[in-house]
Amino acid sequence: MTTTLEIRNLQASVEGEEELILRGVDVTIQQGEIHALMGPNGSGKSTLANVLMGNPAYEIKGGQILLDGEDLLEMEPDERSRAGLFLAFQYPVAIPGVTLGNFLRHAINARMKAEDPESKGIAIPKFARMMRQKMTQLHIDHAFAGRYLNEGFSGGEKKRAEVLQMAVLEPRIAVLDETDSGLDIDALRIVADGVNELAGPNMGALVITHYQRMLNYIKPDYVHVLFDGRIVRSGGPELAHELEEKGYEWIREMHAALPTA
Amino acid sequence: MAVVRRRASFPQAPSFSFAQVEALSQAHEEPAWLRERRRAAWELYQATPMPYMEEEWRRTDYRHIRWDEAQRRLQPNGATLDAVPAKNLEPLTGAVEGGLLVFVDGKVVHKQLAPALKDSGAIFTDLRSAVREHEALVKAHLLTQAVKPADGKFAALHAALWDNGVFVYVPRHTTVELPLHVVSFQSQPGAALSHVLVVLEENAQATMQVEYASAAASQQSAFIGATELIVGAAANLRYVSLQDWNRETFEFSHQRGIVGRDAQLDWVNGVMGSRLTKAFIEVDAVGSGAYARVSGFFFADKDQFFDLDTQQNHNAPLTNTDLLFKGAARDRARTLWQGMIKSLPQMQKIDGYQVCRNLMLSDDARMDSVPGLEIEADDVACSHAATFGTLEEEPIYYLMSRGITRPQAELMIIEGFFDELLNRVPFEQVRQRLMHEIEAKIIG
Repeated sequence: MTTTLEIRNLQASVEGEEELILRGVDVTIQQGEIHALMGPNGSGKSTLANVLMGNPAYEIKGGQILLDGEDLLEMEPDERSRAGLFLAFQYPVAIPGVTLGNFLRHAINARMKAEDPESKGIAIPKFARMMRQKMTQLHIDHAFAGRYLNEGFSGGEKKRAEVLQMAVLEPRIAVLDETDSGLDIDALRIVADGVNELAGPNMGALVITHYQRMLNYIKPDYVHVLFDGRIVRSGGPELAHELEEKGYEWIREMHAALPTA
Repeated sequence: MAVVRRRASFPQAPSFSFAQVEALSQAHEEPAWLRERRRAAWELYQATPMPYMEEEWRRTDYRHIRWDEAQRRLQPNGATLDAVPAKNLEPLTGAVEGGLLVFVDGKVVHKQLAPALKDSGAIFTDLRSAVREHEALVKAHLLTQAVKPADGKFAALHAALWDNGVFVYVPRHTTVELPLHVVSFQSQPGAALSHVLVVLEENAQATMQVEYASAAASQQSAFIGATELIVGAAANLRYVSLQDWNRETFEFSHQRGIVGRDAQLDWVNGVMGSRLTKAFIEVDAVGSGAYARVSGFFFADKDQFFDLDTQQNHNAPLTNTDLLFKGAARDRARTLWQGMIKSLPQMQKIDGYQVCRNLMLSDDARMDSVPGLEIEADDVACSHAATFGTLEEEPIYYLMSRGITRPQAELMIIEGFFDELLNRVPFEQVRQRLMHEIEAKIIG
């Protein structure tokens, strides 16, 4: 069965505040598809990413998020993850004292235990083998598995570590929140290769980016433009190029010309 | 930050007697010098008021101690090695230990020495035997250099009434390769006054761990202890102390390391048990090139109160001390760390560092940290810090976003907080065990 993530008329604000950041977002992502979400700063891109994952800093004011018909809004972040959703964070959190390897082993074990309470979790040699393989694939030094999670990682290392986590957890739908920002061209290529390798029949992706640059390496099937909390335009890959040529000003002007709802 | 409470009354004093001091000396046929020292210490004890409003004590309320229970002298009750929990007896490393010495209620119930240790000339024995068999060594070091009766009311009481303890002596140029392991277990409530005396001569090396634990009891106990670590020139001592008293125990202890020229002391202190712990933990860097690293971890829950006073004394130039304490508190527990770095005048090129990091796990817990510096030199690098944190939602959310449940995420963050310190314990098995004990506290 193909997994589907449906975002319907989603409205959200910062926890405890009135003003909406998302003012009714609609997107449907199928497993196997790559969607790019573009938009100027402040348009609500990161809010959407965090709301999808269940960040408690945001409050849902309306709408639905369904994963294969199941209401994600009823689930805690860990349940959403185990249901097959993944978020590559724009700003991954450093956690002193918890190694990347140990963290990922716990994450896998949490999945196994959720499926079978009797599960003893993944055998350490098997886990180590898998980690080595995926780290090699993403050009990550194996020593990283023993380092504290994101602590003292460079910007590029953090982003690669996010993609590594995605590779290990094998989600059905992945949201990548500005995973390209701040990356040099080599790192960008590695990250993009990683995403391309995973995307395909098994994973659908929502690639959130401010710049078109990332889309030279990750070919989206669909491009959406988010502006002022709404998707104002959707199209094929050509939309990204058009956007790059004309700039976000184009969207702004177009949006200003629209009658307000 | 300093809260001065009104107190209805002074703390009660225990009713130990000089007759008990004499009886102790008599029972063990102690040499005249020791009797004399006990007598002098007793006089000092008598002349010293119960500590109460002094700077180091004014935040320490121990008036809920019931001395009639806590001061009870332990009577043999037939307890043997079997009384000691298996976890305390587990070898420190997969390899064979250099020695294992187990006390139950102050009596030696097990003593085992690796042949290599005997051949090396090193001494690893209980303090009573040492007084008989190595009298000159004990006389030269016991309560004369590191901990002194004049250090305080409880130091004087300890010096007058210590009942047994550990004696480690490593001669010059001698390395004790295998770790030494001491377990001091109390099977019944009452007063324990046990001592640790470790002497490393020039260029000697040793690693050891001392564990304190007791059986659960409804009556109160008192531990009035002293630890002396004397590290000679160019010597190297790694020392781990783990305390897990039952919840009716009141600990009053004085612990001091003396670090000689070019010597190193790596000292890890773990505080998990007791109702109240008042510990004075000090290092004196007495020779140039001396280096001391002092690490402490503590986790207080329920009604526990841990009160840890640390002092780093730079008594020679070119000395380096590095202190890191990390603790957590939950429920209604309280912790207090008071740190001080001191230098004698004109001790140049000293480097002293002290930091205490606190993790508050409940709104009702209270943690205080009071760092201090008294430096009388100008060419120095001394600094201190205290931090306070709670479990933050952001890292919990991050871990949960990978499928980890909230309780597991919280556990991982708390364990991560302690990881740096647990890594300073040089024994893998012990690290694992401490991790489990921390987990038990978190889940408890």
